[in-house]
Amino acid sequence: MGFFHNYEEMAAMILFGIGFTTLLLHKNMIKKIIGFSMMDSAIYLFLAAKGYIEGRTAPIVVDGVQSMEAYINPIPAGLVLTGIVVSVSVTALMLALTVRLYRRYHTLDIDEITAQVRKEEQ
Amino acid sequence: MHMELWQSIPFACILLPLGSAALTSVLKSGFARRWTFLVLTMVTAVSAVFTVLMARYGASYTYMMGHYPAPWGNEIRAGLLEAVTATFFSLVMLLSLMGGVKKIDDHILHDKQSLYYVMLLLLTAALMAQVYTNDIFTAYVFLEIMTIAACSLIMARTKGRTLVAATRYMVMNLVGSGLFLLGIILLYDLTGHLLMSNIRQAVSALAESGQYQMPLTVVVALITIGLGIKSALFPFHTWVPDAYGYTTPTSSAILSALVSKGYIFLLIKIMYRVIGLDVIATTGIDNVLFVFALVGMVMGSVSAIRQSDIRRMIAFSSVAQIGYIYMGIGLGTDAGMMAAVFHIFSHAVCKAMLFLAAGGLADASGNSKQFRALRGSGFRSPIAGVAFTIGALSMVGFPFLGGFTSKLNFAMAAMQADSGRMMLVLITLAISTWLNTIYFLKTVITLYRKPVEGMEYPVEKGRRGFCFNASLVCFSLATIALGLFSQYLIEAITTGLTMFG
Repeated sequence: MGFFHNYEEMAAMILFGIGFTTLLLHKNMIKKIIGFSMMDSAIYLFLAAKGYIEGRTAPIVVDGVQSMEAYINPIPAGLVLTGIVVSVSVTALMLALTVRLYRRYHTLDIDEITAQVRKEEQ
Repeated sequence: MHMELWQSIPFACILLPLGSAALTSVLKSGFARRWTFLVLTMVTAVSAVFTVLMARYGASYTYMMGHYPAPWGNEIRAGLLEAVTATFFSLVMLLSLMGGVKKIDDHILHDKQSLYYVMLLLLTAALMAQVYTNDIFTAYVFLEIMTIAACSLIMARTKGRTLVAATRYMVMNLVGSGLFLLGIILLYDLTGHLLMSNIRQAVSALAESGQYQMPLTVVVALITIGLGIKSALFPFHTWVPDAYGYTTPTSSAILSALVSKGYIFLLIKIMYRVIGLDVIATTGIDNVLFVFALVGMVMGSVSAIRQSDIRRMIAFSSVAQIGYIYMGIGLGTDAGMMAAVFHIFSHAVCKAMLFLAAGGLADASGNSKQFRALRGSGFRSPIAGVAFTIGALSMVGFPFLGGFTSKLNFAMAAMQADSGRMMLVLITLAISTWLNTIYFLKTVITLYRKPVEGMEYPVEKGRRGFCFNASLVCFSLATIALGLFSQYLIEAITTGLTMFG
């Protein structure tokens, strides 16, 4: 069965699920951000696993150019790198937001922050 | 292939704001403001010229980025629909900035203002890239740039409420981006291509051979739901009122008029150019969108009626209007798509005007957005009052205004669909129009009622200024033009959609 054959993809999907639910449902801001990082990393794992071909190497010229069959497709790796840059900037923005929220409300619990904001308004 | 110079315009429209954003970050706020105005005016003017040229050219073309041809390189693709959309988006951006520029001065710390303009320019570049790109991963990267810029626009006005709103916005948008990214990665895995036209060929081949039907359905679902969350489709709209309701008026106008529409435009592009309407229909995702849209049209309006804050009311009305657009998409026909695209434009113009006018009216009422305080503000701030009235009438569907033509288009599109859908659309349109009338006309009447006894309004220091008035006049004229001269735009959209796939 493909179940054990595709274990990298399986792991990626499980990690995606964990990250997704943490990002969506956890009350703690830092854990939300960890969830987001896990979710994105899972997608990159999936992509990297899909891009790898058994027995071939990265397309870097060492002993002269070999035939095409010697190399793996470099595009997924390129996409992973681009994706990592995107998630790093988003993570930085989220952390900056969390710092500002913490300075103002002295808690990381988003529900409690919302309650405090409501109180502030009245 | 030989390229004329004018065919580089889409590339310039992306590169100019992107480069300017980097430059603006080191400028002083006054220079940053002037430079942003200049860039937005240039992008608008050049896009307008480009629309005329595209109408003459009569076909779409692809523009190679770098020296690698089709299956490997990155591409821009431009047609009439892209040109019209780019013109509209940049125009609304320019007018929204014009209308709220004075409030930006009040709401944002002086030494941080240039950063606000950086974000505006980044947002413009991202929107233009969404409109023109032919590469699905480039679309994803600019989608994230748009999310970051939009989040910064929300928290530009430092209040506790905007910080929380920005956080909620960011969390929901990250969920949406995650699903979208997973969708396009699966699609890349299935087809082996990143360029939209190449994916389309592979998807058609898959659909014909009957292979990988389940993964393809999952891909369509992930992409649609991801973009649905990001554009505030009904059950995922919880972040909307806070995000639109408390920040500076320019941000609210741009967020509701452009950011959500950018995502919807990308979705329409994916439906036409990447997956194909026929394959979408076999997955049944359009039915899901259709149902969500109909419920959203009613529920958005019901929530809007219950608000006592004018800007939260307009924000909930956006949820209902996004429902209209998704209803057109969910019909799954060319006529439905045409109606949806037309509504993107008419709603963008109208909603930006409503947010700006509401800001002006609140200013004239001692900075309160509560309906109680807003009584009589139509007299205290006449131009904002008239603009709000025109916008409200257009939303309700008063003849000769943009909103009327939109509703007419939706009804006509529904007539061509099967009888079950036709009945559902017509009934929901009627209910939604009735609900719209209740809350918008109630607001207009409030604006022209006698103020509450004993309510004191401080005399404003200085007028709201020329920019604010000019922008509202332009928006009003655009709304009326969308109603009176709609046939030209409808023709352009119809031709554009045939070039789109």
